[in-house]
Amino acid sequence: MSELAAYNFAYLDEQTKRMIRRAILKAIAIPGYQVPFASREMPMPYGWGTGGVQVTASIIGPDDVLKVIDQGADDTTNAVSIRAFFQKVAEVAVTTHTGEATIIQTRHRIPEETLKEGQVLVYQVPIPEPLRFLEPRETETRKMHALEEYGLMHVKLYEDIARHGRIATTYAYPVKVHGRYVMDPSPTPKFDNPKMHRSEALQLFGAGREKRIYAVPPHTDVVSLDFEDHPFEIQTFDKPCALCGANHVYLDEIVLDDGGKRMFVCSDTDFCETRRAEGHTGEMLAPSQEAAE
Amino acid sequence: MQIHETSLTGGFTNPVLDSQNVFRTVMNCMAQPGTIGEVAMGVEPPAPLGAAAGAVMLTLCDHDTAVWLGPHLLTPGITGWLGFHCGAPLTKEKTEAKFAFAHHKAPLPSLMSFAQGTLEYPDRSTTLVIEVEALDGGPTLELKGPGIRTTALLSPKGLPEHVLKQWAKNGQIFPQGVDVILTAGHRLAALPRTCKISLKEA
Repeated sequence: MSELAAYNFAYLDEQTKRMIRRAILKAIAIPGYQVPFASREMPMPYGWGTGGVQVTASIIGPDDVLKVIDQGADDTTNAVSIRAFFQKVAEVAVTTHTGEATIIQTRHRIPEETLKEGQVLVYQVPIPEPLRFLEPRETETRKMHALEEYGLMHVKLYEDIARHGRIATTYAYPVKVHGRYVMDPSPTPKFDNPKMHRSEALQLFGAGREKRIYAVPPHTDVVSLDFEDHPFEIQTFDKPCALCGANHVYLDEIVLDDGGKRMFVCSDTDFCETRRAEGHTGEMLAPSQEAAE
Repeated sequence: MQIHETSLTGGFTNPVLDSQNVFRTVMNCMAQPGTIGEVAMGVEPPAPLGAAAGAVMLTLCDHDTAVWLGPHLLTPGITGWLGFHCGAPLTKEKTEAKFAFAHHKAPLPSLMSFAQGTLEYPDRSTTLVIEVEALDGGPTLELKGPGIRTTALLSPKGLPEHVLKQWAKNGQIFPQGVDVILTAGHRLAALPRTCKISLKEA
């Protein structure tokens, strides 16, 4: 790196980091409130996690261990390239193991393993405003947040029930943070919403294109919006993971052939690999192992 | 303005990594009120500005942040230090200050006299950095709120009396309100506006 002394540590210049750090502190002090910040051009296009990358770059230090996941996986394009980016510009240690990481940057999932105190979860957020699809004007949504006027969101959920018989929102399911701000948890499946509630880890959200940073401090109430007669519920799966046999985890559908065969496997690759290393096997894995023996 | 010699020295030895280190300490303290952070590197701001307060200044203040200095800190040495190391403009208007630095030896104006943010933009409020005598040995405060599992304890010594009295009001106007960083020498703790403070009976 030294002969390539072209970039500052963690890519961003110091003034940018100070600006983002000030936004992060205010975001922590006002849980769920979207703090505007002067998002920078990053060496990757908007939509590839520039918000999360800027937040990570502003908090990361040489002693940190970074994990990056994309839809739960450590080995997909977005995760691999962001991990490589920080290895290059911050020379930071990286890992795929949730338990070893001090900073976890994520796109659209929260790891299955319960996060611990001292860990920071950085979300990449495309549309930070939960009310945006109901009210396109920023001036109006800002006023709605200011006046705690969230009736429209409940109307939207109610219309779901009227049309489908249940709340059909399955991801980016709106939550109320610390009893005040309605917040978009980013497009995580609603399966992950309960993990945000009183999590021991600090959760930071960065939206690069929309230029917003928000946060949920540890041990903070994060409640999914619902109705008394239609309480919030998470997705359930009929079968366990086909590779590691885990129940009560979020599964991805994988199409196996053009004859309609498919399997469901853990979306969290680290969780799945750890379980398989511990000897757990699912139905798709067991026969092949027997055949090998 | 005459340049004070103490204004030029005592900054970060490694500005990039030192400010990252200090920021993480401040962030952890802000995310978990009651936690006491330590600024380990050798920051030596001109007296009576403490090391932790100076480190916070170097880490967060720049030309974008108007800074208000309390009467005890408004010395040529400190204003010069702030100007030389941070390039931050000084302001006399408390409502314009992004950061306000105060010292327990001089009276602190009412918390309400600083920028409170607006309902639309509650983040546009002042962050107060108050140098107290010590972060322990004072009356025990019980803290509740985001960042705290059940309760946390903090016993700052020399915290101006009216801060506690006005803190409840500061919480009532949530999401508006000021945030406070308490510093004492090399140590610091944070009180975000969401923190509920009650005096614990001894």
